[in-house]
Amino acid sequence: MMETIKRRYVIPGDVITTGPYRPEQNVYQEGDRIISTSVGISEIYDNAVRVIPLSGMYMPKNNDLVIGKVIGHSSLSWEFDINSCFVGFLPAQDVFGRDYSPTKDELKARLDKGDLVVARIANFDRSRDPLLTIQDRDLGKIESGELIKIAPSKVPRLIGKRGSMIQTIEMATKAMITIGQNGWIVISCEDPVGLLKAIEAVKMVDAQAHTPNLTERVKSMLGVELGENNDTINE
Amino acid sequence: MTQLMNENGIRCDGRKIDQLRSVSIKVGVLKNADGSAYIEFGKNKILAGIFGPRDVHPKHMADQDTGILRCRYHMSPFSVTERKNPAPSRREIEISKVIKEALQPAVILKDFPRTVTDVFIEVLQADGGSRCAALDAASVALADAGIPMRDLVAACAAGKVANQIVLDVNDEEDKEGQADMPVAYMPNLSKITLMQLDGILTPTEYKTCLETAIGGCKQVYEIQKKALMEKYFENGGQQ
Repeated sequence: MMETIKRRYVIPGDVITTGPYRPEQNVYQEGDRIISTSVGISEIYDNAVRVIPLSGMYMPKNNDLVIGKVIGHSSLSWEFDINSCFVGFLPAQDVFGRDYSPTKDELKARLDKGDLVVARIANFDRSRDPLLTIQDRDLGKIESGELIKIAPSKVPRLIGKRGSMIQTIEMATKAMITIGQNGWIVISCEDPVGLLKAIEAVKMVDAQAHTPNLTERVKSMLGVELGENNDTINE
Repeated sequence: MTQLMNENGIRCDGRKIDQLRSVSIKVGVLKNADGSAYIEFGKNKILAGIFGPRDVHPKHMADQDTGILRCRYHMSPFSVTERKNPAPSRREIEISKVIKEALQPAVILKDFPRTVTDVFIEVLQADGGSRCAALDAASVALADAGIPMRDLVAACAAGKVANQIVLDVNDEEDKEGQADMPVAYMPNLSKITLMQLDGILTPTEYKTCLETAIGGCKQVYEIQKKALMEKYFENGGQQ
């Protein structure tokens, strides 16, 4: 399947192809030409054309897992910086339950300015700012860890095919890595050496996301034997 | 009055009539901006920084249906020989407006309702044709910021100097020459987004002048393209 995908480096305005193709992300159709709208890598597969951008902000999508930072609150909701052009909203009911009353409950007691939270985007459309929720397993306030910021467009590469890349890093360093689709990543690890290694690996993926054989290079950087997915660290 | 062109058709700065000044563009020079570019267009030195898409302030400017574009063209007090008052002048306000309108057809802000994309342009050194150079930098900076665009906007001026149509007029030729025509152009779509004309041309001269300017835009476009490729792809986009 890999062989059928045609890749190319493009910038805005580049004509990727002409003919009966379906325009997908970051492209548009002008007559019978399909033109890129971003700097990135174009892909043609199954009659569809898209561009994977190498720059740009995070665009919220329903059901995305994101990491947000509290930037303030009103009496009914918190506001989050989610590394996007929109501010994320977390209603107080989501945390305190349905019987939340602004007079009784203190929002600051639960989440204060600067706190990091793993949240899911419950609802977003172009008419309203994204609504967040922390009503799920593994969601909620992050108590400890290191925050790393990478380009949102490189998150899929960090996760890898069926999570292969992230599993490799987690196994080799014994770190716990939480990836937000918005490009914010929290790494926690009891072993400081493992923590540093994991951070280095994540930054490496960010810097070299569009180069081939990246998994191999990350593995050798982490000291994992090539070709197998073991969890031993060769010192 | 200085002689603008000698008998061999060589201009006051040693160029031929259809020759561009040397242009170099660097992408991503400002860390704090979402996108940025620095251009040297002859003796012009111009920085462009992009912020956004981000929340609109003042709030009443926000559009519920689409993102908006704002532009500020500013000349530093030290950019010209005599100190320029840093307050925005009539000329700068006009140029801000025309640059905004020249970039507007290129950017696609439909997906960013209630936001603004700010374009800040700072002229560090001016040498004629700064609006074109500023536009070139701004459009590359927009692409660097990841703002969806239909095409890059390349801009270049042409004019009439010593009764000849010349490409890319410099400061001296602009002041002493007979006409100056800045043109911004989207090369892949073959569309003009800015066309101004200061001076008098006959219909035939007008035609050749416009064609000359578009030819210049295409040359600038190749430089813009190279600058972006160098920033984003290790081997300058060779594949």
